[in-house]
Amino acid sequence: MSPDTSAAAESHRGHHPALVHHFDSLAEQHEAASLGMWTFLVTEVLFFGGALMAYSVYRSWYPEAFASASHHLDITLGAFNTAVLIFSSLTMALAVHAAQLGQIPKLKLFLILTMALGATFLVVKGFEYHEKYVEGHIPGLFPFNYQEEPQFFAHAQIFFSIYFVLTGLHALHMLVGLGIMVWMYVWAHNGTIDRDYNSPIEIAGLYWHFVDIVWIFLFPLLYLIGRHGTTAH
Amino acid sequence: MWTSPLFPEAASTIAPRVDAFYFFLVSLTAFMSILIAVAFFYFFVKYRRRSPDEVGVHIEGGMALEIAWSVIPLIIVMVIFGWSTSLFLTYTRPPAETLNIYVVGKQWMWKFQHLNGHREINELHVPVGRAVKLIMTSEDVIHDVFVPAFRVKADVLPGRYTQLWFNATKAGRYHLFCAEYCGTKHSGMIGEVIVQEPAEFEAWLLTGRAEGSLASAGGKLFQDLACHTCHRPDQTGRGPVLPGLFGRTITLQNGARQVVDEAYLRESILRPAEKVTQGFQPVMPAYQGLITEEGVLQLIEYVKSLGTEPQTQPVRPASGGPAPGETPPLPPKSEVNR
Amino acid sequence: MSATPAQSTLSAKPTLPAISPVMPEHHYLNNGYGLKSWLLTRDHKRIAILYLLSVSFFFLLGGLFAVVVRLELATPAGDLLTSDNYNKSFTMHGVLMVFFFLIPAIPATLGNFLIPLMVGAKDLAFPKINLLSWYIYMLGASFGSWAILTGGLDTGWTFYTPFSTVASTSAVVPAALGVFISGFSSILTGLNFIVTIHRMRAPGLTWFRLPLFVWAHYATSLIMILGTPVIAITIVLVAAERVFSFGIFDPKRGGDPVLFQHLFWFYSHPAVYIMVLPAMGVISELVAGSCRKSVFGYHFVAFSSLAIAIIGFFVWGHHMFVAGQSVYAALIFSILSFLVAIPSAVKVFNWTATMYKGSVTHATPMWYAMGFIGLFTIGGLTGLFLAAVGLDIHVTDTYFIVAHFHYVMVGGTIMGYLGGLHYWWPKMTGKLYNENAAKVAAALIFFGFNLTFFPQFVLGYLGMPRRYHAYPPEFQMLNVLSSAGASILAVGYIFPIIYLLYSLKNGRIAGANPWGAVGLEWRTSSPPPTFNFEKTPSVTWEAYEYPEGVESHVA
Repeated sequence: MSPDTSAAAESHRGHHPALVHHFDSLAEQHEAASLGMWTFLVTEVLFFGGALMAYSVYRSWYPEAFASASHHLDITLGAFNTAVLIFSSLTMALAVHAAQLGQIPKLKLFLILTMALGATFLVVKGFEYHEKYVEGHIPGLFPFNYQEEPQFFAHAQIFFSIYFVLTGLHALHMLVGLGIMVWMYVWAHNGTIDRDYNSPIEIAGLYWHFVDIVWIFLFPLLYLIGRHGTTAH
Repeated sequence: MWTSPLFPEAASTIAPRVDAFYFFLVSLTAFMSILIAVAFFYFFVKYRRRSPDEVGVHIEGGMALEIAWSVIPLIIVMVIFGWSTSLFLTYTRPPAETLNIYVVGKQWMWKFQHLNGHREINELHVPVGRAVKLIMTSEDVIHDVFVPAFRVKADVLPGRYTQLWFNATKAGRYHLFCAEYCGTKHSGMIGEVIVQEPAEFEAWLLTGRAEGSLASAGGKLFQDLACHTCHRPDQTGRGPVLPGLFGRTITLQNGARQVVDEAYLRESILRPAEKVTQGFQPVMPAYQGLITEEGVLQLIEYVKSLGTEPQTQPVRPASGGPAPGETPPLPPKSEVNR
Repeated sequence: MSATPAQSTLSAKPTLPAISPVMPEHHYLNNGYGLKSWLLTRDHKRIAILYLLSVSFFFLLGGLFAVVVRLELATPAGDLLTSDNYNKSFTMHGVLMVFFFLIPAIPATLGNFLIPLMVGAKDLAFPKINLLSWYIYMLGASFGSWAILTGGLDTGWTFYTPFSTVASTSAVVPAALGVFISGFSSILTGLNFIVTIHRMRAPGLTWFRLPLFVWAHYATSLIMILGTPVIAITIVLVAAERVFSFGIFDPKRGGDPVLFQHLFWFYSHPAVYIMVLPAMGVISELVAGSCRKSVFGYHFVAFSSLAIAIIGFFVWGHHMFVAGQSVYAALIFSILSFLVAIPSAVKVFNWTATMYKGSVTHATPMWYAMGFIGLFTIGGLTGLFLAAVGLDIHVTDTYFIVAHFHYVMVGGTIMGYLGGLHYWWPKMTGKLYNENAAKVAAALIFFGFNLTFFPQFVLGYLGMPRRYHAYPPEFQMLNVLSSAGASILAVGYIFPIIYLLYSLKNGRIAGANPWGAVGLEWRTSSPPPTFNFEKTPSVTWEAYEYPEGVESHVA
């Protein structure tokens, strides 16, 4: 695959400053970077997959307890955050598009919007965590309180443990994503990114979309399933 | 009794079968290893490089050979799988009639409870020629009961019951090891299985029985915890009727079917709200942390003593008048295994 | 004869300096000498050397713990160490060897060094990430060392819950962090290999012209990127449970300790193939190079690597036959485990067949290849004992298991690692080691190894459980044999360090292709220049295509 792409790209441009020594062309470099990010995302899928496995096992064992516990999550905030992230995926996609067209000011604007939405998500998440703390729904370190349906006292703790692990790891990924966005903003600002060299934006975008998609799975699994129907006693 | 320093004694009905399978695999391993080694050395010498610039003959490979050495091993391993499975099924299917002994592991000791209430620590007395079933749980971390002479082993887990069974064939004293690493004194969590002739075992069982049978201890606990206020013998109680309950399949509140076995009883005592019987309210308090594992076992044995369904276990009071429902300690000598 | 470089008459192949080779003027080793030129390098070859030094260090450290364990077990009573210290010793031996030596051993050293050379690239796809992976490894290793220094770890390398989460009072969290962090180094290595093998192959180098070493590393990389994240999340759960007292594996709250075992083995069984597949890749090269012949059934050997990697993901339950899983699960895991035997057997048969009508050198790498094949055959066949549930019940958690996985890990991976190190040492350093010393070491390792671990099979069937600090006296004879073997093995391991280091200064100059082998790595100088090749090679030949030469002994 290398010969034809390199030939095509070499005719396109000689030596871009961002081209590293061991690639023949920016196109080849971009393909490698893109494949690298996809590979990394496969890894991420399995990372969350492990925790989701634990979730599914316990959910199938203790469906009532899980349904009961999921009622204690704030569906409004959850839905709001879902919308925020979907919207941030849009701004991210627009940022990538702007980068491909070499429209740096637009790119910077969309990057800032993406960051703002990401930060909003984290702030809302912080409120949700605080609420859990106040309600005594953090298992382990703090006294766990499950007066409402004491029969689920034990298993609700498992639900909340998994909730905090999953959303905590997701939030951590969001933080990393914000860091990457700041980095991309600096590169957009100092001229590293241009019409020919925009693969970092695209790669960062892949990561951002992935983190959004993780949330798209977490929201229904944690907040919605079991909410309908007659599960509560 | 002659024992080899290189091979373990075989003192249960399954041991000779395991050994036969083992010898088959050892022979196979020896045969294959020698085959490869001979071929290797032969080629190594025969085709040694004779001059520094010599190269090998170009050979791509051969489809027939590849198929042969894929399919033949496949057939061999499937034979092994079949043999292994037949052994494994014996391991997992205890005979209908077994002498049940409860085992509780904790760091770092083994506690055994015979049905008549006789308890021992790090020593397990069993009779020759009876299928013995161990019903096991742990108070802390994972342990594992391993009796090499019987070729049996099973993990002992906190929070659930596991089982193993054997039928000892030779009187004697055998090692009992903890085979799942459990901390500081893991290698000290050992004991002995003492296999006795039936009469001898019977006599032993009668010694030191001050506490009464397991079921009667359970009955006492049942009163002490005031379980009887809700679980009444007739339909008037707030809880399900217990006599005749064990072994039945009941319907739960959420419509699921549930066999009433030891595990379900245990769960229902410790966390009653999880699986409530249809037609009842989840009003029973959870006894998690309030009863010891041994207490749970006693209660279970008490419930079992109230009658089982279907009535598989002949109620024959053993000498000394144990509670009804206790498995007879000594049935007429019979083929329990196989 | 053997050390004599077979220079030469392989005239169809270019750039073989004829006589008395000289060191190239510029190569990766003399491209800067300062600390910075090493610590900030992006050259995959230098990073491979960094890895080589660090994994060797942890191998020696892990070996030290093994020595302590074997000394303690020389007598039945637990008289040398306290129980806790014994438990910590075998745990640290396992943790260091598995996570900080065996997993990175071949991929991060030989793989890192050779894959770009073998695919005709200037470097791996992501040189900075490659360097980062070494730093991550070192960080993880530092946490591991921190755990040792702050009291050690006593959970066994398997971290079984609830012991690790509730009962153990040792440094579980630092050790878990160490394993977690070093996992990312292996993910990054795997990612780099995958992208490099996909995107960086030289013109003409099709998939089926790749050396089998590359195929094996491709399969390994798949496991690294698919398996490692699962152990990472599992460790996160254990740490969360320990630090925050979450209840995910806590039976008192309805959590299931066996779920931990499922998650743990979902990675840790494939991890065995992370360890042994690269060694298999090495052996393919060693056999082909030592016989100057194409590997018999190239496609079968290549695909068997992938088959092992894929099936390897579905056999984890065979570690839990006595752990209380259902009868059906046990039978399914059993039959799948038997299936892994097929591609493994295919490899062994093909390597053996490769020697047929070959031109077999008796140099050291071939000795290691023979050692590998012999020991791996026994290791693999005893795996059948364990895949058979009916027998596994008796032998699992005994010394039989210990013997089995040492036959695979030490007899397989370390033999492959040492064999590869000897085969490519001239390429990496430009120098030849002393052939006689190397053979003595290989023989010592082979005999020491067998004396150490063969008695353990017998011991295991006798019923001696693993991880025992003290044991009944009737097991002593076999334990003494094993400890005696371990001392020979230890000498055998020290030996190569001496003569290999000695060769750096005093070894004869190797030249580009001392073995007269084919493969892109032999077409550049030894040591190679920083960018590997003077100009990007263009491949027009098949893998292991030796020109028709003298075939004196062939009828």
